Amino acid sequence: MMLIAVVLIPMIAGLLAWAAGKHSPNAPRWISLAAMVIDLTILLTMWNGRVAFEALAGGGPWLMEVNLPWMPGLGIGFHLAMDGISLLMLILSAFLGILSVGCSWTEIKEKVGFFHFNLMWVLSGIMGVFLAMDLFLFYCFWELMLVPMYFLIVIWGHENRIYAAIKFFIFTQFSGLLMLLAILALYFIHGHATGVYSFDYAVLLGTPLTSTAAKWIMLGFFIAFAVKLPAVPVHNWLPDAHTEAPTAGSVILAGLLLKTGAYGLIRFVVPLFPQAAMDFAPVAMFLAVLGIIYGAVLSFAQTDLKRLVAYSSISHMGFVLLGIFAWNTLGLQGAVMQMICHGLGTGALFMLVGAIQERIHTRNIEIMGGFWTAAPRMGAVAMFFAMASLGLPGLGNFIGEFLVLLGSYRASVMWTAIASLGLVLGSIYSLWIIQKAFFGPKDNEAHVSDLAKRELAMFAALMVALVWLGMYPAPVLRTADPAVTTVQQVVEKQLQGGTKVTMGNFTDLGQEEIASSKTPRNDNIYSFPSFTWVRTCTQSFTLKGDKFSTSASEPDPVLRLGRSLALPGGGDKS
Amino acid sequence: MTIMDMVALVPLMLLALTATGVVLLMAFCRCHRTTVLVTLIGMGLSIVALALLPFVCVNRQVTPVLMIDTYAVLYMGILFVTSFVIAAMSYTYFEKQEGRKEEFYALLLMATLGAGVVAASCHFVSFFMGLETLSVSLYAMVAYTRKRQDSIEAAFKYLMVAAASAAFLLFGMALVYAESGSMEFTQIAKLRLDMPQGNLLVLLAGCGLMVVGIGFKLALVPFHLWTPDVYEGAPAPVTAYVATVSKGAMFALLMRYFAQVDMHQYPSLIFLFTLIAVVSMFFGNLLALLQNNIKRILAYSSIGNLGYVMVAFLASGKIAATAAAVFLASYFITTLGAMGIITALSGKDRDADSFEDYRGLFWKSPWLAAIFTAMLLSLAGIPLTAGFIGKFLLLEAGEESSVWISIAALVISSSIGLFYYLRIVLTMCDMSDKESAPAKPVSLTENLVLSCLFIALLFVGIFPAPLIHVAETLVASIL
Repeated sequence: MMLIAVVLIPMIAGLLAWAAGKHSPNAPRWISLAAMVIDLTILLTMWNGRVAFEALAGGGPWLMEVNLPWMPGLGIGFHLAMDGISLLMLILSAFLGILSVGCSWTEIKEKVGFFHFNLMWVLSGIMGVFLAMDLFLFYCFWELMLVPMYFLIVIWGHENRIYAAIKFFIFTQFSGLLMLLAILALYFIHGHATGVYSFDYAVLLGTPLTSTAAKWIMLGFFIAFAVKLPAVPVHNWLPDAHTEAPTAGSVILAGLLLKTGAYGLIRFVVPLFPQAAMDFAPVAMFLAVLGIIYGAVLSFAQTDLKRLVAYSSISHMGFVLLGIFAWNTLGLQGAVMQMICHGLGTGALFMLVGAIQERIHTRNIEIMGGFWTAAPRMGAVAMFFAMASLGLPGLGNFIGEFLVLLGSYRASVMWTAIASLGLVLGSIYSLWIIQKAFFGPKDNEAHVSDLAKRELAMFAALMVALVWLGMYPAPVLRTADPAVTTVQQVVEKQLQGGTKVTMGNFTDLGQEEIASSKTPRNDNIYSFPSFTWVRTCTQSFTLKGDKFSTSASEPDPVLRLGRSLALPGGGDKS
Repeated sequence: MTIMDMVALVPLMLLALTATGVVLLMAFCRCHRTTVLVTLIGMGLSIVALALLPFVCVNRQVTPVLMIDTYAVLYMGILFVTSFVIAAMSYTYFEKQEGRKEEFYALLLMATLGAGVVAASCHFVSFFMGLETLSVSLYAMVAYTRKRQDSIEAAFKYLMVAAASAAFLLFGMALVYAESGSMEFTQIAKLRLDMPQGNLLVLLAGCGLMVVGIGFKLALVPFHLWTPDVYEGAPAPVTAYVATVSKGAMFALLMRYFAQVDMHQYPSLIFLFTLIAVVSMFFGNLLALLQNNIKRILAYSSIGNLGYVMVAFLASGKIAATAAAVFLASYFITTLGAMGIITALSGKDRDADSFEDYRGLFWKSPWLAAIFTAMLLSLAGIPLTAGFIGKFLLLEAGEESSVWISIAALVISSSIGLFYYLRIVLTMCDMSDKESAPAKPVSLTENLVLSCLFIALLFVGIFPAPLIHVAETLVASIL
């Protein structure tokens, strides 16, 4: 029931905020803030209170689950479930939710009530997406987050907002409909084959599909998620939507909405269509690398600061796609890590641009310069997040990107090599921001006041989070690990057996896996604090579910490096 | 005629009685409010009788021409409830108008009676009688605000086109009758196809001509030309009526007729209907993009929506029949809501159909704007609204029968449709003019009706199971 509460709290708060907006502009802000704080508290309690690890000991794949009948005639249930990845994403949502309320505190002055209504509903939709385990419900939440976001852009956005909002809406809606078709096709194929008509994820896992059907249905899902991610040929909506949205909108778009695409790939595309996804992996990896390079190059070419950050998102999310389709523990862990860190880092950059725009009323990087003298604190903050964005070791993004590259190396050396160029390009555009805006001659007459206490507090929270993730990522990796292992096991089982995986042996697999790898895992890394995760470890480990590599025993240098990092999920299998 | 036959006809008779009652009432006292009350009570009783009917007598053939089965009950129920809502909506609308108002309700009742007969007919005679009762009442209803020039213009256009389409329909019926020797649907359905080539040609020509006649009424492309003008010119409640009841009755009949005739023996007909459906979806949605008048936008959108429902018609089968009924029900809720907003904002001289009437509505009367937005999102097929459930079931039915071309057209054209729905929403969100006059006050009845529609929209969107269940049970009688 707590899961329902998590989704419901923002919805109710949104309605309250709208109603309260008539009386005082501050009431909606406080209501929304309170709702997000409550949500975050609940989620952190779940995380901290080891709901997670108790459930794991019990062995179920889900840490928490609610399954209520909704439209039983059609096989549709109100099925919410949470595993490690969902939990992390939910915490990220609530955290960025607080920040997005915070960063619009002074920016939004008109129709405050309705603004917070939309803000809360989009967050609620996003949280629903991370929890829904019924494909129909998933689609509902998927669309639900669209409409409030459209309003956020269209009412409170910048100059070109209408164009951007409509483009965003059409792109996502059309790709969403493709996904709906794919969902229905899957539903019928499963129904015809087994007689059980259901939209439930657990039931649909392991649906026997012909390879053609699997390919088409997989593409339907993939396109929907690729648009949200965004992958390159369908990224077109992103720069416009990010640029024109109000700051809170950009933070949510970059920080959370994009993650729903990646989440969908991990949760649905690969587990539901393992073989088709495997066959498609080279294309997906190519798209990922294309995104990384293309995003980085275009990012550097922008004069609009917000657009620059938007394009950098495309580049960063390319790493996520790469990690997912490498489909091994390292890659997946890296993708999850990168999702979180990109959410925090890019969210911060958008807030920074928002802060600059609030002060000098432009985002044109050409007429900025010399802010450091006037606003040293802002400069330092910007420097920090630019460093995070370029992947400085010690900050979270580095862990994410590094893990992804490690994982993808085992899938494809060539694409990994090209993708690592993205890191170099990343440093160019990240430093470019600092160089143009904060150093150089001061050719803007406007006075730039330094960050206020509220802003400082928000940036400080983000900085602490990024440093923490960079120095001691173990708690996050450990939370994601069982989930990552489980999806891998499901896929592996299907690929090997070709038989239907029911929820029953899905569970057993999880238990078995946890039992077998519990000891080494705990000994290896999780008990070691901070820096020692990069320690020399002679234990060899094999990467499970590693379908793309030719041979696991190949003595290549990166593998040796990989061995030296006792990474989660590896376990000791030798 | 036995007692049971009479019982089966009670809902229709109640409507006829109320119509007579309203006409008589006018002779004694002309009071708008009383007339509306009598109308509403009559319709309400008829709806109650209809709801009880399946418990009393099931699937009864009353005379050779009417088939009061559960399918008829379902569609009559949808049509009557829609008419009830329109009658309630009309009250405030006509209260603002000058001149006599009471006749409108008599016309409304008779039109609804005609629609009910069409939905229940299983014979060409009752079909045509019902259709003409509906159409003739509608001519007068479209022209009801006769001080407005465009209202008269619309009525004439409607009269011409409907008369022409009736002629097509009759000639088609005659050809079919010439070949089959019967006017009963069941007899026609039994016709074997191993007849000589020439005779088959005549039969197909007859069907084709009937399709023309039906296409006119449903406003499917290429028979849609009257739609935008009539929508624009007619008073808003009548527009709502044309968009819902008149099309719904016709669709019910189409579905029944072709459920009995196994359509898959006629590939040419399948091709024809697929073509009509696809072209309607694209034409409707593309042309709606070019409009600058809300009523015209809704007209073109209705062309597209009728194209969507043809997907269920093509799919055929139990899921499809359910999908069609649920889609129409949710489309009616949505259209009534949208038209209800236009009705509520309309003034004495003109209807609120330009974009300017809606600029900044979100800030002037948030409740109305929120309802209108919900209706538009429902038309666009966004989850948690009734429109999504309808579209979802259509897609489901389509995939079940693998009518991929129509499904693809549905997906693409409804994405195109987003543009113009969002355009209206955008106008409502516009913050640019703050100085303009505050929104007109909305009367209690209108608020009540709109709120009920809004709740119905969300209820069907969130808990569609009861509606789907009812539809599924009731459509079974034609399968």
